[in-house]
Amino acid sequence: MSSKITVTIEKCVGCHTCELACAIEHSQAKDIERMVLAGEQPGYRIHVETYGPRSIPISCQHCEEAACVLACPTGAVSRLAPGKPVLVDEERCIGCSMCVQACPFGVMAMSPTGKSAFKCDLCVSRLAQGLKPACVSSCPTRALHLEEEGPANREKRRIAVARLAQAQEAGEQEQVAQRHEQGAQRRESLAGG
Amino acid sequence: MARELKYADKATQQMLKIAEAENIPTVWDRWEAMQPQCGFGTLGLCCRHCSMGPCRIDPFGDGPKTGVCGANADTIAARHLARMIAAGAAAHSDHGRDIAHTLLLVGENPNSDYTVKSMEKLKAVAEVYGIKPDGKEPRALALEVAKATLNDFGQQTGTVRMAETAPAARQKLWKELGIYPRAVDREIVEIMHRTHIGVDAEYKNVIKQGLRASLGDGWGGSMIGTELSDAIFGSPNPLKTRANLGILKKDMVNLVVHGHEPTLSDVIAIVSQDQDLLEKAKKVGAKGIQLGGICCTANEIMMRHGIPLAGSYMQQELAIMTGVVDMMVVDVQCIWPGLENTAKHYHTKLVTTSPKAKMPGFEHIEFEEDRAVEIAKQIIATAIENYPNRNGKQTVIPDVTQGAIGGFTTETVFQFLGGKYRSTYRPLNDAIIAGRIRGLGGVVGCSNPNVEFEEGHLTIVKELLKNDVLVASTGCNSITCAKHGLMTPEAAFQHAGKGLQEVCQAVGIPPVLHMGACVDNSRILRVLASVVAEGGLGDDISDLPGAGAAPEWMSEKAVSIGFYFVASGVYTVIGKPLPVVGAPGLYKYLTDEIEQEVGGKWAFEEDPIEAAHLMLRHIDRKRKALKLKPMMYPQPFKPEE
Repeated sequence: MSSKITVTIEKCVGCHTCELACAIEHSQAKDIERMVLAGEQPGYRIHVETYGPRSIPISCQHCEEAACVLACPTGAVSRLAPGKPVLVDEERCIGCSMCVQACPFGVMAMSPTGKSAFKCDLCVSRLAQGLKPACVSSCPTRALHLEEEGPANREKRRIAVARLAQAQEAGEQEQVAQRHEQGAQRRESLAGG
Repeated sequence: MARELKYADKATQQMLKIAEAENIPTVWDRWEAMQPQCGFGTLGLCCRHCSMGPCRIDPFGDGPKTGVCGANADTIAARHLARMIAAGAAAHSDHGRDIAHTLLLVGENPNSDYTVKSMEKLKAVAEVYGIKPDGKEPRALALEVAKATLNDFGQQTGTVRMAETAPAARQKLWKELGIYPRAVDREIVEIMHRTHIGVDAEYKNVIKQGLRASLGDGWGGSMIGTELSDAIFGSPNPLKTRANLGILKKDMVNLVVHGHEPTLSDVIAIVSQDQDLLEKAKKVGAKGIQLGGICCTANEIMMRHGIPLAGSYMQQELAIMTGVVDMMVVDVQCIWPGLENTAKHYHTKLVTTSPKAKMPGFEHIEFEEDRAVEIAKQIIATAIENYPNRNGKQTVIPDVTQGAIGGFTTETVFQFLGGKYRSTYRPLNDAIIAGRIRGLGGVVGCSNPNVEFEEGHLTIVKELLKNDVLVASTGCNSITCAKHGLMTPEAAFQHAGKGLQEVCQAVGIPPVLHMGACVDNSRILRVLASVVAEGGLGDDISDLPGAGAAPEWMSEKAVSIGFYFVASGVYTVIGKPLPVVGAPGLYKYLTDEIEQEVGGKWAFEEDPIEAAHLMLRHIDRKRKALKLKPMMYPQPFKPEE
């Protein structure tokens, strides 16, 4: 099952650090000052968008039935195997931007040079070194995560189950207390009678 | 954790292992946890000056290229940089003002614990201010000089009198450019005004005010601080000292002073050998009282009393981890609130003394100048009372110290060179003219966990020495140089080129001269002015074959220092760039165009060897312009023409 970059929306403060970290990771210089001095424009593969007071980073979802993959006429946009990230082969890309039109999230773009399609590669080279994607590692409020569906869902289910169990226990305790009270009232009325 | 500091002194390396074993976070761990640091801030592209913001400029994408008010990258970065200068100049100058107040106290209160220790220095300052010293008794002259210098801070008309010690050509240039400082405080206030929303948006004009405020610091507030400290506490003379954590003693009460102003630390240094206090120390089982300094306070009391240097800025936590520091007493600047967490693991008592700087978890014993000796004694007594709380817990004092010679000033360099009875800079100028010395280097400033600890300082200094450059050092660079044995006369034979060796041998000085605290960069300004005045090397500081560096800078004070050197005509190389890299116009101005105006400029170079070579290239250009003789001995670094 594939890993996804997920976001805890309430933790995002809209600082755009993930965007810069993404640009640095995909640069030649790997250092923000050197990049600027060299005039590098690696572009962003993650974008922080806003809705009302909320800001949310959004990047490629690496869809299983990816519209970009289906739209690509040369096979440049592809994945190695099910569950693997959707990647762009810049050599095969002809720059037709069909994938850009097809993407329902607006996270497929043309590269700053305009020569090929350009998207989140889930930092595959970092993953190979056991590191998390640059955006995830850089987030100062830890709003971004790299999660696998299995463990992530298990965690969510565990929290849901805990909540249910606690509600159940609280309800039971209330019932017990009510029964005690009813019993006491009955005893009082019997004694009074 | 488990950070290896390849260039650090052995004591620091040893203490870091303790930190790891005891799981006590240090500044390096906190820095690591902070990675990656904000790119907008690094590039100088964020602005929080009004609440239409906060704003930031997008350096890579198609995001905003101006703030909400329309300020572009150059304006935003220049405004922020100017505020850094304002903060740095304020810190130094407020220190200077405090010293002037102490002098005022000397003049007003005949019972004051402070006196005039250097009448010679007081007279010299009086002359700058047009005060006739003839026949005046010290306190009367102190009163007059104090009032005159205090005037430099807040006067509403005229210009800073202390700045008249700069070469005439330099003063003329400042007047033409409109950057002659009018009053120390005023220039700082004007920066705050100009950088308010909707005022100065032309980046060169913003920087112009920055230059003016920095000159008010270097040739005003800082210089007043240095000169009056010499008058009150004594003008330093070269003396022997030792450096590094090994100066702490297992069986003595260890009192570490940390911070900047000498007002309290100097009194502590004097009363620490008071008989009553020594008795008290014996009663709790200690053999005596050991003082040690951290940061620039260390430099101040080392220069005047030979008190050993416990460590530099980066070693403040490590000193506590020895487990033998019974008290760390602090005043202002460069003190980490994080010390609280370190001290929690030990018995060390942390004490703040300035009403300007209180810290969570520190005890506050407020220092009042009119009760100086009494409070100093109270502080030492509190340290003594804390000695038994060590309770035999395990202590680790690294067996690492290094001898050094410190205490050089504008005047003593002068005496060394010419002899006490014919003090003169002539031999120095002649040595430069003859090609025995290639030029003058100032290597100064802080250390910063964002670069390899001490690598920049040591590599640049050694590369300069190798190429016959005489190095003047202040601040935490001087503590690093002292720890690594560069401040001994023998260091000349080990590190200096043949020409510099000959000079050091002839006059008996180390190749790196310890010239004091960071506020004492004003001493380097005065050395440069003296070399110009001696003649034969041009009419202005910008003509001299010299350059400055602050390879591991971190504070706003360092920014102000860098700017006053640039504005004085000095080529100034720092390691990590100023936060202007995202502002192309401002970047080009500071590292290039500004030289046309003030004769000095900035360079940013993280590779220390390359930084030293930049300085040497500049020195060679100046030698060529002055048509000086070729170097007497072969030079390891020969720039390709």
